[in-house]
Parts: sequence; C-alpha cells; structure tokens
Amino acid sequence: MDHLDKLEAEAIYILRETVAECEKPVMLYSIGKDSSVMLHLALKAFYPEKPPFPFLHVNTTYKFKEMIEFRDRRAKECGIEMLEYINEEGLARGVNPFTSGAAYTDVMKTEALKKALKLYGFTAAFGGGRRDEEKSRAKERICSFRDENQTWNPKNQRPELWKLFNMRLHQNESIRVFPISNWTEKDIWQYIKREDIPIVSLYFAKERPCVRRDGQIIMVDDDRMPIGDGEKVENLKVRFRTLGCYPLTGGVESDAETLDEIVEETLASVDSERTSRIIDTDGGSASMEKRKREGYF
Amino acid sequence: MARELLKFITCGSVDDGKSTLIGHMLYDAKLLFTDQEQSLKLDSMVGSADGDIDYSLLLDGLMAEREQGITIDVAYRYFSTEKRSFIVADTPGHEEYTRNMAVGASFAQLAILLIDATKGVVVQTKRHLRICALMGIRHYIFAVNKMDLVDYDEKRFLEIQEQINAEIEGMDYDLALAIPVSATKGDNVNKASDNTPWYKGDALLAVLEDVKIDQNTSKDGFLMSVQRVCRPNRTFRGFEGEIALGSVHVGDEVSSLPSGEKAKVSGILMTDKEVQEASAGNAVTVSLDREIDVSRGCVLAKDTKVEIGREFLAEMLWMDEGKLVRGRNYYLKLATQTLPAVISDIRYRIDVNSGEQLPADEIEKNELAVCEVSVGEKVLFAPFSKIKEMGSFILIDRVTNATAACGVVLKAERNKRNLSWQQVDIDRQMREESLGQKARTIWFTGLSGSGKSAIGNALEKRLHSMGMHTMLLDGDNVRMGLNRDLSFSEADRAENIRRIAEVAHLLNEAGIIVITTFISPLRVDRHNAQRILGDSYSEVYVNTPLAVCEERDVKGLYKRARAGEIEFFTGINSPYEVPKHADVTVETVSTGIEENVDIIMEKLKL
Repeated sequence: MDHLDKLEAEAIYILRETVAECEKPVMLYSIGKDSSVMLHLALKAFYPEKPPFPFLHVNTTYKFKEMIEFRDRRAKECGIEMLEYINEEGLARGVNPFTSGAAYTDVMKTEALKKALKLYGFTAAFGGGRRDEEKSRAKERICSFRDENQTWNPKNQRPELWKLFNMRLHQNESIRVFPISNWTEKDIWQYIKREDIPIVSLYFAKERPCVRRDGQIIMVDDDRMPIGDGEKVENLKVRFRTLGCYPLTGGVESDAETLDEIVEETLASVDSERTSRIIDTDGGSASMEKRKREGYF
Repeated sequence: MARELLKFITCGSVDDGKSTLIGHMLYDAKLLFTDQEQSLKLDSMVGSADGDIDYSLLLDGLMAEREQGITIDVAYRYFSTEKRSFIVADTPGHEEYTRNMAVGASFAQLAILLIDATKGVVVQTKRHLRICALMGIRHYIFAVNKMDLVDYDEKRFLEIQEQINAEIEGMDYDLALAIPVSATKGDNVNKASDNTPWYKGDALLAVLEDVKIDQNTSKDGFLMSVQRVCRPNRTFRGFEGEIALGSVHVGDEVSSLPSGEKAKVSGILMTDKEVQEASAGNAVTVSLDREIDVSRGCVLAKDTKVEIGREFLAEMLWMDEGKLVRGRNYYLKLATQTLPAVISDIRYRIDVNSGEQLPADEIEKNELAVCEVSVGEKVLFAPFSKIKEMGSFILIDRVTNATAACGVVLKAERNKRNLSWQQVDIDRQMREESLGQKARTIWFTGLSGSGKSAIGNALEKRLHSMGMHTMLLDGDNVRMGLNRDLSFSEADRAENIRRIAEVAHLLNEAGIIVITTFISPLRVDRHNAQRILGDSYSEVYVNTPLAVCEERDVKGLYKRARAGEIEFFTGINSPYEVPKHADVTVETVSTGIEENVDIIMEKLKL
C-alpha cells in the first residue's frame, strides 16, 4: 500500500467508527476540494449503502455561483441528502462581507454553523480540516470535542491512542471528526487525480472579471460587490486554491487549466494555501485558534 | 511516484530542544512554504532579544504554549524529501503532559529521543523510552543535543552513549542509534558536521530517509474486527472493517468470534470495488455465504489465535487526574469492542527511573503499572506482542467519559474462576448458597399470543411450589415501569431487551431464578442478552404458528395490526427471526401448558 492508500484506509476507518458509535452524524460540506474528497470517501466507506448521514452546507449567500451549481448537481448525482442552512437572522440584520468586518464570519459562518447543528440535533459532524493547514489545527485531535456552546478547549483534549477513538459524549456535547487530518494539500490533489473526483470549475484557470484589492485578486461574481474609486474590473486568467465567499477569497493568476497542471503548480508552489484566505491573518498568528475556541470549524 | 511513509515522534525532557530540532530540519531542508517562513521570522522577533530565528515557534502553535514557552500538545508536521514522506509528531516534554506524549508514540514507527548533552540521560528520558516501548515502537534514535555547549566533546558523547546502553539493555528493539547534534546550530541535523569529525555516522535526516521499517506484510492467517454491518437492502449483508493481519480470499472459510460459527467468504468489496483477495491494511466489506451471528465487536478470523475470556494481565499508563483505584468500573475499548470492566488487581507499579517493580495500592497520573483487568462479558483479545490491534486498549471513565488509561495486553489470566468484574465481599455464589439454588435466566421467545406468558407463569408456580426463589419479568411489570420511556421502534426494542437482560443479570447476581416472557424477535437482541447473562442464559422457543396466534388473538392486537393501527407489530409488519440454537423448543397446538412445563423442567434440569 502506498501513502495515499494508507491515508484513504485511515479516513474510512474513522468514518465507519463514527457512524457506528455516534447517534446522529452529519458531514459538513463546503463544496471545496477537501469536501469533494470527503464526499468521495463517504461514498466508498459505506458502499453499497449510501452514506448513512446527511450532508450540511452552511451558506453565507456570498458563495461563488459556480459552487452552488456544483453542490446541487453533485447531491443529485450521488443520491445524498444535502441540507442547506442560512442564518436568516444575520441576513435580516444586513451582515455582509464588505462592511461588517470580522462580524461577517462570526455571524454567517460560526454562528450559523452552531445554529444548524443545534436545529438538527447532530451529535457528530465530519469536517475536512487538515493538520497541515495551520498551526493550531496541527495540534487538534481527529475527534475534537465541543461543549454545549460549541467551543473547543485546546488545553484539555482527549488522548487519542492507536486507532481507539473514545467518542462518548455528555448531554449537549458534540464532536467534530476530522477523517483527513493527516492529509496534506499535495495528497488531496494527487488523490483527486487518482480517483478522478469531480471538483468545482473555479479550481481551473479561466478568464474571470476581477479587481485587485489589498494585494489580493478578488473575483466580481455578482453586482453586490462594490467597486471602489481607483479600482477597475479587469478580465484576468485566475484560479482559486481554496474556495469560500467570493469577496473574501483571493485568486491566483495561473494558466493551469487541467488537473495535471494544477497538481504540478501545487507541487511547485511556495506559498501555503491559506495565504489566499483572508480570515487567517486578521488578528495575528493566533487568530485561527481564537476562532476555533469560539466555535468556528 | 508513490513514496513510502514514515511516522516518527520526537520526545525528551522539557528544553531538550525537540521543537527546535524539527523546526531546524524543516527550515534547512527548504521544506517550509515562504509565508510560514515569514511568519516565523516575524514571530520570533517579538519576544527574542537578538532577533535570531526561534525554530520552535514553527511547531508550538497554541497560544498557551507560546505564552509559557513550552509544548503542551502533540503537533503533527508533514514533509517529504526525494526519498520518503514523513509525518512527525512533536510531543511535549513536560511530565504533566506525558499522556500527550503517549498519543504521539502510539502513532509512530520510530522515536527520536532528545538528550541534553550537558545533563545526560534524565528521568524524563527513561519515562519516554518506557512509554515508547509500551506503545510498540522498535526503532530509536537518541539525538544527543546541545553538543555546542560541551564543545563537541567526544568523551562526553561516549559517556552519554554508555548511559543509553544501560537503559536499553534487555529491551526488545530493532534499532538504537545515538547521534551528536546541535538543534540550534544545525550540526548533524541535515548534514554531517565538521565540528564532530570523530562521529562517522550519518546525519539525522539521512538516517530517517534510509531506515528500514519492517511492516507486517505476511499473508498468513486473517483477522478483522467488525466495525459495522452494512445492510442497505434485504439481499446484501456485509461486514465493514480494516484487515488487521493476513489476507482473505473469496471462498475462504472464516470463523465469527466469539460465537465460533463458520461461513465461507462470498464476496469482498475493497471500498467500492469487488476483489478476490484483500490483505492487512485494506478497508473492506466482507460478505458471507450464510447468515451467522456477526455484529460490531465481533472478529472474523482464519488460522489466527484469538483469546476469548474475561480476564487478562496488562501494562498500562494511567492518564486520568484521579487515581486508579482497584475495583472501580470503567468501559474497556479494545478493537471495536466496548465493554464494562474493572481493574481487579494492581500487580505492581513500575518505577520509571529504575525500572523496579514496586507494590502499589493505587496508581497516579503518568505512572506505569501492571494490572489485572476483569471484563463484564467475554472479550476477544490477544497479547500485544502477537496482534497489535487485539492487544491495545483504553479505559474510559464512566462518569466523566475521560480516557483514563491506555494499555497493552500481556497475557490471558486463566485460573481465576470466581473473580467477577464487580469486586464485592459477598458474591453471587454465596447468595446462591444461602438460597439453596443455582440462579439462572430462562428466556422465552415467540410470537405475540404464542403462549409464552401462560407457560412462563405456570413454570414459575411450579418452581415456587418447590421452594425456589423466582422472579417473572413480563411486559406488564417492565414496560410500565423501568421501560415506560421506550417506544416500539427497532432501536427502542433493542434497548428494551438490553435493559431486561441487565435486570435479569442483577437478579441472577442476587441468586434469583429469572423467567422472562418477551417476544424478543431479533436474533441479535437475544444474542446480546445472552452475552450479558453468560452461562446463566437458557433459551426457550415457543413455536406456535402465526396463523394460530392470530386466530387466538387474546388481546385483539393482531386485528388492530392488520387494520394498520399498530406500527411494528411482530409477524405482521415487523420480522420475527426464529432461533437456531434454542435450548428447548415447545409447541402449543397439541401440547398442554403443564406438559410443556414438564418438558422445560426436564430439558433444563431444573
């Protein structure tokens, strides 16, 4: 077995353990490449049964249009149950990515996720987090517990030994499970290629209407995007290494139009993927841990 | 190209420089992305007087760690060179966080133990070495660090080498190598250093790239713990799991443990592809040619020795804040089994410094001990040295849910007949003696209206008249009280049966003869009851045809079920699985109640 076979077997083991031990699991689906891999693993782990849990997408309403189309198409093709949750209260309050600052992520992602999990009463949520993404995640266990306020206590993580996961929960406690913790970005791309996993077209370079803003290239995906004085919309050949809300996701200029080219570009890349995700660096190097303590995935 | 993967850990005492070593290795090998590198430079300039790079900041990711300047939890890092892919778990050195160090060790194939050249081998080095050995690591590199502070003195290195030799003597290992390094200066980290011309071996990174790790690739035997039963429709029934050892082929005859029933493998799905053969490490779904008792926690095996018993001897690392106290109840998780268990005896505590075996009444956090574990039901296991997956376990605190301990099975304990998992002064045998009877549970099963209650009732009267102490558990006295919160859904019915079995078990423990008269339609639930009750369990199948039951319809339930008024009514819209191995089968069409009582009394030797 090579490296990818081992990572796949490990992820499948974790998926099956969780389903066997937890009452009400759900798989969080963010439409990105990691979610695509997670969905693929879920289809494989339980075959010929359909994944015995629903999928949940927390929609901020500012996702790229191509993402939503892709989500709906894949759900149909795979015959899975796809739940969507939108924090309507936040929308009503006018929270948006352009003027609300950090409150946008807090309300439309963190708070929305907490509300959705509570609404459905999910006790275990699979996430596609990887330890190579960021420093505080490098220390998170595969099974990560959340108290009733959905917060994480990094100082008191349950020891995880061998493949023996202790998933016992107290009332109101829930658990986040990260089956692909040990995968790197490189592994993800190589696996997508090997398994021929469908991914959103945004990962491939194409001419797209963009503006340059604070050193990032932001795509103008719809007319809600305000264009500042001195900014101009230009057609740039870009692709995206991570996907999220279009106003907060920086593209990179690229000619990589095929999977092979993407993999090659990734292997040669010197910037780790979160550079293009604006949320991480707001508030210094510990900002992700802070967000996670507050319940961000 | 597919590269081989090596998982390793770094351990050693606080300030021995573990995080710095790995940080430096990644930095020098250009294995850092540029933005990580930048943030490293920025970070280390805040809090560092001379502006030198502090390589440990790369790994100490938690705010509390940065504040205290120590590593609290395991950090995983991923890198690859031309030759290999690596996952390194950088583990905390502080004694307080020993359990987090154990987490890293359980995951690794090789350990780098750091030793401060100015201090030599210290207690924490010995503790970590013992824990690594406990967790099954067989490859060790001793990185004698801070050589720059002892002027790269060969004599000092050899002294420490002597100390290391003393520690590993008598240990079972495949590799034990000492390398003189300086994590801050980079000597012998990624390339051989000019400062240690007397050292002829390879630099650390080269050793990591070239070290051979024997993986168990033998295709002999077969063992797989069942994680889950896959049952998407009426025709397909497969058992999901990861093969722990050996290989399996379509057509192989395998045994399901603990029942021992045999069946042939009729299909193997390697995830979503049909294959003829699969081997250790593969995630598979196995189908069998006939229906035998298999559920989560069972083991499918072929030509592999697995122990079935209730007691074993284990070496454990205690991880809980509270002390280990003999006789307290825990959940044991071993492979995919979770069972109630108790530490019935503490044989000895292991002094981490001297390795001495010391008598102990209790074990404190971060201590190692050899204990006897008694399990509430029969458990499948094997010595850790033989089958890693069947010999490693954790203990879970039943109140806090904390993982209180981890351990490995040394061997089965046999000659301990009467020791049950509950350590009490008055035991079942004594209670039975005072009542002058042998406690047992007579478990009736059959359709609604088959005559279970009538026969059970008559049986109880008979036993009572003989001076026996009995208790009849039936729908009326259980559903209305203990189980009134349960519905008739499949899950609640399973729970209903489980609770009844547990109550029967308690009554048996009190010396009472128990008669239960529940439909208990599913084999898996009856099997579960049998597991709870052990040898005390006898099954009586009241075999009355559905048509007869429906005709009798004493309570008018069939009529209502046919009219669609009752959901999940056994025989009508919910299945009844006929017992295959009932101790007694009676029929009620031509045999009367008292006659059936006679048959049962005789067959069960009551």
